[in-house]
Amino acid sequence: MNELLSVLGQAVAFGTPILLAALGEVVAERAGVVNLGVEGMMALGALAAFATAQTTGNLLLGLLMGVLVGALAAAIHALVAVTLRANQFVSGLALTALGLGVSGLLGQHFVGSPLLEPLPGAEFRIGAVLLAIGVWGVLYLTQTGLILRSVGENPGAVDVMGISVVRVRWLAVLFGGAMAGLAGSYLSLSYRPAWVDGTTAGLGWIAVALTIFVGWHPVRAILGAFFFGLLYHLAFRLQGRVPSEFLLMLPYLLVVVVLSLAALRRQQGAAPEALGLPYKRGER
Amino acid sequence: MNKPPPSLRRWVFEPDPNPPASRLWLVSLLAILAAFLASGLIFWAYGVSPLTAYITVIQGTLFDSTGLAEVLRRFIPLVLIGSGLTLAFRAQFFNIGAEGQLLMGAVAAAGIALFVPLPAALVLPTMFVVGFLAGGAYALVAAVLKARLGVNEILTTLMFNYVASYLVIYLINGPWQGKTVRGFAYTDPFPPAAVLPTLPGTLVHWPTLILGLIMTVFLQLLLSRSVLGYELRVAGANPTAARYAGISATKVVWLVALCSGGAAGLAGVGEAAGIHQKLLDPSQISLGYGFTAVIVAYLARGNPILTIPTALLMAILFAGGDVMKVSLQMPFRVIDALSGLLLLFLIGSERLVEYRLRRKENPQ
Repeated sequence: MNELLSVLGQAVAFGTPILLAALGEVVAERAGVVNLGVEGMMALGALAAFATAQTTGNLLLGLLMGVLVGALAAAIHALVAVTLRANQFVSGLALTALGLGVSGLLGQHFVGSPLLEPLPGAEFRIGAVLLAIGVWGVLYLTQTGLILRSVGENPGAVDVMGISVVRVRWLAVLFGGAMAGLAGSYLSLSYRPAWVDGTTAGLGWIAVALTIFVGWHPVRAILGAFFFGLLYHLAFRLQGRVPSEFLLMLPYLLVVVVLSLAALRRQQGAAPEALGLPYKRGER
Repeated sequence: MNKPPPSLRRWVFEPDPNPPASRLWLVSLLAILAAFLASGLIFWAYGVSPLTAYITVIQGTLFDSTGLAEVLRRFIPLVLIGSGLTLAFRAQFFNIGAEGQLLMGAVAAAGIALFVPLPAALVLPTMFVVGFLAGGAYALVAAVLKARLGVNEILTTLMFNYVASYLVIYLINGPWQGKTVRGFAYTDPFPPAAVLPTLPGTLVHWPTLILGLIMTVFLQLLLSRSVLGYELRVAGANPTAARYAGISATKVVWLVALCSGGAAGLAGVGEAAGIHQKLLDPSQISLGYGFTAVIVAYLARGNPILTIPTALLMAILFAGGDVMKVSLQMPFRVIDALSGLLLLFLIGSERLVEYRLRRKENPQ
């Protein structure tokens, strides 16, 4: 029994950053913007949070900086993919390269000096679940949520009503970045309170896949994220019995399997109609 | 009518329905310059003067004979992968997995070199053929998932990069670990018949270089002078029209996956047989060629032959990363940051091509 509880606890601990980042991606994609920069934004957020906490000794200030830097990185994507209407996939990919490159470079100065008093993880885990319910509430129960979802389904109709599609998409992308930054901060301030290059370890990509897997639904994302967390943890416990390389491969293979399963179930019918399409007034 | 006084004339920024081709190249050039200026900020944040960094890179690559050889060495995988990717992007198949396909090519090369007894003259040709097939087959998995189930190929090819990387790590630590390397994580060295010749004193494996140049010409001809190429262009430019014309989207996706993955596989054979002469850690086999080749292909605007100049540009950047690592003690990660910036500026500036700056009379 205790064994089971500890396994579940570990699953939740590992699932939390995936959940946080996936919630941000759900909101951005619901507004019609795919952001493949999650991994990069997460890494930048993790470094900003850790660097601030390490130099000022103030963990909450670090958390704030992590969130801010995540949103700032997302602003690059919003500018390029929303305002300048470039290919969203390429832009996000470039953002991931930029984020991993810059965090790896500037993080050099912080390697090998862990935080002595990390943030407690329990608040993060509870907070992530509450946030998921909050995002669900906003998306489905408020007018803001209705507008946001409409921008992802039929931006032309929203534009006709006199609401700026570009502004809604900007805000959604910024929220996505802030959440990725929060996920990164959890990693570097609480889960593994130190800076190592590659601390995000593909979690950002799993968040992107999870968004599709759960059909862009924030509450289902809770279960999905903890399920992924459980798989990670089980893989970890198999160490020694199976070559570790195969375990490390597992999350990436899982993403492919999950995407294929989602496609088999015709889940993609649930995708926002205008997902991935830049919006320009007067064009279909 | 008199000309209006100068105060009534002003500059306007207006949409241009028919932008000239020259503006595309001008805007791209400006975007590249802007990206390098922006990367100065990153150098500065790291604590290296941007000016010092630029001067070091230019001196260490273009004005130095070993530097030039390094540029040429980086050019080989970039032109091979880049020319294959132009085809893929033309057909709207966003293959981001060249890194993994390159590794599969290297694995295939090592498998042939180390474990398959062949007459000496046949070893290298077999390595190239099998490497092409391995890279192509790896890309085909993503192509099948896309064509049959509609799974996004960007995500799958990207995930397969990580999988290939761990596969190599498994091989060099496990079944393929060399008997003669005393516990180090790489295979035995390739036999002499499986090693590519290089230009004296450099790491430029010229057979692969020639192969890369032939590849650009071949793919250009395939694209512009063959039925397959025509089908590919139509399917990429207008999928609906292609369907009505009876062009099989599945066939096109399979073709471009095989070509782009195969080209990356060839690059992997070149790196393994020309540079390292063994299979070793994936981060040493490829230094991110797969991702940088995306920029090479993007810059070439879908023309395989134009990857020759664009691959050269990115090869200078790569060799520059080496110079920065040695002279300025910057981690090689800096290349990721520069590549990301370049790509962001390039796609962001695309929109500007559709506008023109004109002096216009004030409507009063």
